[in-house]
Amino acid sequence: MAVPTSPDTTAAPTSAAEPGVGSDLSPAFELKASSFTLPVIRLLALDMDAVEAQLAPKVEQAPGFFRNTPVVIELSALPREDGSVAFPQLVGMLRGLGMIPVGVRGGTARQNEAARAMELAILGDSTRVARQAPPEPAPARRDAEASSAAAETHAPAAGAGSSGSLLVDRPVRSGQRLYAAGGDLTVVGPVSSGAELMADGNIHVYGPLRGRVIAGLQGNLGARIFCRDLQAELVSVAGHYRVSENIPADLKGRSVQVFLDHQVLRIEPIG
Amino acid sequence: MARIIVITSGKGGVGKTTTAAAMAMGLAQRGHRTVVIDFDVGLRNLDLIMGCERRVVYDFVNVINGEANLNQALIRDKRCDSLYVLPASQTRDKEALTQEGVGKVLEDLGKGYDYIVCDSPAGIEHGATMAMYFADDAVVVTNPEVSSVRDSDRMLGILASKSRRAEQNDEPIKEHLLLTRYSPERVERGEMLSVNDVQEILSLNLLGVIPESQAVLNASNAGIPVVLDNESNAGMAYNDMVSRYLGEDLPMRFLDAERKGIFSRIFGG
Repeated sequence: MAVPTSPDTTAAPTSAAEPGVGSDLSPAFELKASSFTLPVIRLLALDMDAVEAQLAPKVEQAPGFFRNTPVVIELSALPREDGSVAFPQLVGMLRGLGMIPVGVRGGTARQNEAARAMELAILGDSTRVARQAPPEPAPARRDAEASSAAAETHAPAAGAGSSGSLLVDRPVRSGQRLYAAGGDLTVVGPVSSGAELMADGNIHVYGPLRGRVIAGLQGNLGARIFCRDLQAELVSVAGHYRVSENIPADLKGRSVQVFLDHQVLRIEPIG
Repeated sequence: MARIIVITSGKGGVGKTTTAAAMAMGLAQRGHRTVVIDFDVGLRNLDLIMGCERRVVYDFVNVINGEANLNQALIRDKRCDSLYVLPASQTRDKEALTQEGVGKVLEDLGKGYDYIVCDSPAGIEHGATMAMYFADDAVVVTNPEVSSVRDSDRMLGILASKSRRAEQNDEPIKEHLLLTRYSPERVERGEMLSVNDVQEILSLNLLGVIPESQAVLNASNAGIPVVLDNESNAGMAYNDMVSRYLGEDLPMRFLDAERKGIFSRIFGG
């Protein structure tokens, strides 16, 4: 349900407003780009009452996760007949459940117009090309289903843990993506190249770590990554990342921890 | 109920159909009533490998659509009485395989057979997911090279999340690794991943290692499953695979490069 974005590459303070070009004003703001991971509500039907009936229990299960959470409404999976979405009802319902709807994506022109009327942002839509010229719209849809199914594999376990922590005791395969929202993620088995682990807290991997790991996804600077055999494609803490190429060779294959030290990502051997 | 085995890989050209034919023939030769189904609708090949291409009347899609019944579509193997082939349709596309239709056919077959071997198409799209959805066992066919290993890994992830067993929270599909086209000489020269390399990446129960062999191509061309060729290394390795699947504990063969003796060196043996 969460859509991870590429790690924030602009975390270091770089683009401060140019100080004093012919004036002695100290800069009052910085303009920066940053990426966020937001939950996406992918509408599959236009019946808002049904949406509410199914969404409310989910929110009840994890009220802390949804409270004041910005959410994006995904329209691309709706039937293609350009049905009008009851945005006023939808927005009211989401606010009522504690969420903050911020935008839509994947809508048709008419749907976007209606969303704009409700002051929702129209967000970038990577699937639009496929929707406008769909010789075979099915594959994209299936792909999405595949990833949601992969995400589903952790849903029960995530619900079981009270703090949003997630424990996985089987291999994490290429193409699988696990997210521990609001907690730590622990993987007892190996993590394959092409797999992706994300957590708002720490990440622990006890098998060989060959995939991508993103700790402190929502910006927790104190999050750490612990692993016993570092062969990762990418490690990231709170947006600061290193790809495999930039990880020193003498750390490969060792037990390490990855953490932030004054905005600098450090990888240090442990044990 | 029959045990459903899917032969899958993600990547194309690694030997899925050869393996499906070998597995089905091997099980049937050991007295188990077996049917092998070609899920590669539109690109069918199993009929060629099994040597029954000139006897195809009805196919899998006909049965799903109710245009023929199972007995009309099943082709009995001429070499082994307990083996049947259900060919794919060459003229349709994979969307013709509906989950409901496939489920119904497998359920009907399950009443009369011990094993159902599903030959999956390459890829991770509809045809492949249909082939694996109902499986009890999966044989992941992998060549000892990095792209094949990665695709197999991806396939294992899908097996763990998108099958009926996963959806119903049953015991997960039993996964087996089969390494094919293995060349010990090239492994020794460092040109190919070794069994251990692949095992380490995929961490999976190893069902067999099939050596690269001219016999496989010859067998395909002749329409005789290579498992019937007991003279060849590949045939013997496939026989071992079937025995291991049935629970026998056999050592892996053909893992070491053949040492050429002084005579063969001199005489170019």
